[in-house]
Amino acid sequence: MTLCDAEITGLRQVAQGVHVLSFRSPEVAYSILPGQFLNLRVHDGLDPLLRRPFSVYRVEKEIVEVIFNVVGKGTAILAGKKKGDMVSILGPLGVPFGIGGRFTNAILIAGGLGIAPMPILAEHLRKAGKQVEIFVGARTSDQLALQHLKAPHVATDDGSRGFHGTVVGLVESYLKEHPLTDAKVFACGPTRMLSAVSNFARTSSLPCELSLEGEMACGIGICQGCPVERTNGERRYALVCTEGPTFDSTTIHLREG
Amino acid sequence: MKTGFTLRNVQFRNRVFVASGTFGYGDEVRNLVDVSHLGGIMTKSLSWKPRDGNPPPRIAETPSGMLNSIGLANIGVHAFIEKKLPYLRTLDTHIVVNIAASSVQEYCDVLGLLDEHEGIHGFEINVSCPNVKEGGLSFGTDCDRTAEITSRLRALTEKPLIIKLTPNVTHIGQFAAAVKDAGADAVSVMNTVIGMAVDARTRKPKVSTVTGGLSGPAIKPIALAKVYEVAQSVDIPIFGIGGIMTAEDAVEFLLVGASAVQIGTANFIDPSTGVTVAKGIESFARQQGLNDIGELVGALNARKDFSVLQSWL
Repeated sequence: MTLCDAEITGLRQVAQGVHVLSFRSPEVAYSILPGQFLNLRVHDGLDPLLRRPFSVYRVEKEIVEVIFNVVGKGTAILAGKKKGDMVSILGPLGVPFGIGGRFTNAILIAGGLGIAPMPILAEHLRKAGKQVEIFVGARTSDQLALQHLKAPHVATDDGSRGFHGTVVGLVESYLKEHPLTDAKVFACGPTRMLSAVSNFARTSSLPCELSLEGEMACGIGICQGCPVERTNGERRYALVCTEGPTFDSTTIHLREG
Repeated sequence: MKTGFTLRNVQFRNRVFVASGTFGYGDEVRNLVDVSHLGGIMTKSLSWKPRDGNPPPRIAETPSGMLNSIGLANIGVHAFIEKKLPYLRTLDTHIVVNIAASSVQEYCDVLGLLDEHEGIHGFEINVSCPNVKEGGLSFGTDCDRTAEITSRLRALTEKPLIIKLTPNVTHIGQFAAAVKDAGADAVSVMNTVIGMAVDARTRKPKVSTVTGGLSGPAIKPIALAKVYEVAQSVDIPIFGIGGIMTAEDAVEFLLVGASAVQIGTANFIDPSTGVTVAKGIESFARQQGLNDIGELVGALNARKDFSVLQSWL
């Protein structure tokens, strides 16, 4: 884990309101695993005050990338960064996706900005010899950020591109035509989508890992701000930051806003 | 430069501590902070049994601040002794264990058990958590109960006993005077301020318990006024807490009367803030031509007869 300032090497828009920030960090680039995140501080000012967690999107040599859309003060500041500016990073943080194991087929399911960990995840899975099918959902076609994804299957809520419906609906209809045996599901996206993925995985008897978001301050387990309810065990809650953000879907109860 | 100070029988290295609940039990940040530059660590609050804490959402960011409702989630005193204390003993700094409880007896049980163990240099008593129904503010806003807890605990330990006060009372100075009379060695001023944040679109409060405790730079002016009030009311060492981000912030607390400071919310941004602040205070004092950082304590240049506070102390 490192806490340091990293030099921004680029910022590009990849879909409507969706940006990718690149920065130089050899420490992170050579140690990050898929599903892990960084806690970024966007400026030295007092408002916004806290760091913001971002999944790592891609790594290329010493360059690390995160993807975000502008939802508040912090991401607005980030979207205004220029090449050569600095950003404070803390990480890599959290438990990565479990890409080892005996499965042969990986089913990656992303909703909206849930595509964040998918390029790096798909790359590591392929390197580990797994077959990867990736499914991406968005509200509309112009919100789809499909760069760096190999042959993605697409769903949109409004039907403007690909499957007309939810990404989980797309996965179910795809698997009817192309049954995949010996598969594992990896998903990231809004809570409602993750609930649907979790139900789908349970009824299909597939192992499934979810990457969660949680309101968090520190990212390292000290603020206790990001609990998720566990399904069993002595403790009622796990922390998203240190025990996640990736969880076996059978071990947690998702909380719908 | 003299940086340290003495409380009861303990000589602390310097006047900068990390606040309870913002530094875990020390092990989470072992690779990020050289704790030997800190005066000490206030641990996460401990209760007799483990506590799950409150349901999510537990935190919401507000302008220059953070609203929390953690609800004293902690591993309980037995797991602390078994799993956390051995590591804390290896650290080259002082360890002050913070205790929270829902009855007077529970405070006594926890402190009594901890007092038998090596490696604990003092106790900070949390009578001021705004986010639990039992204990917490129901004690901290009752001057007699606060004094009763203090005197019961005083009888159990020879180590420094620090009472952490809430700002959510009319006259915090009266609480400081009461705990001093009951045998406290110092007070921590202050815990979080009751606050609220609302999502206008969903019409929901942003923390599950509806109200929470506000911390961060947003509350620094309130904290300075509370420390000043306590310092004017009673002659007892004060740990000043509230929104400290920089050495200059910390010096402001010393000037209004704090003998030491605690870094809280800033640890969530950078756990080594306390180290930076401790070094910064030292260079500030050097620039001011001082030989002892203690010369800053209470050295505010203010006309007391102009102070509105004086009229109702």
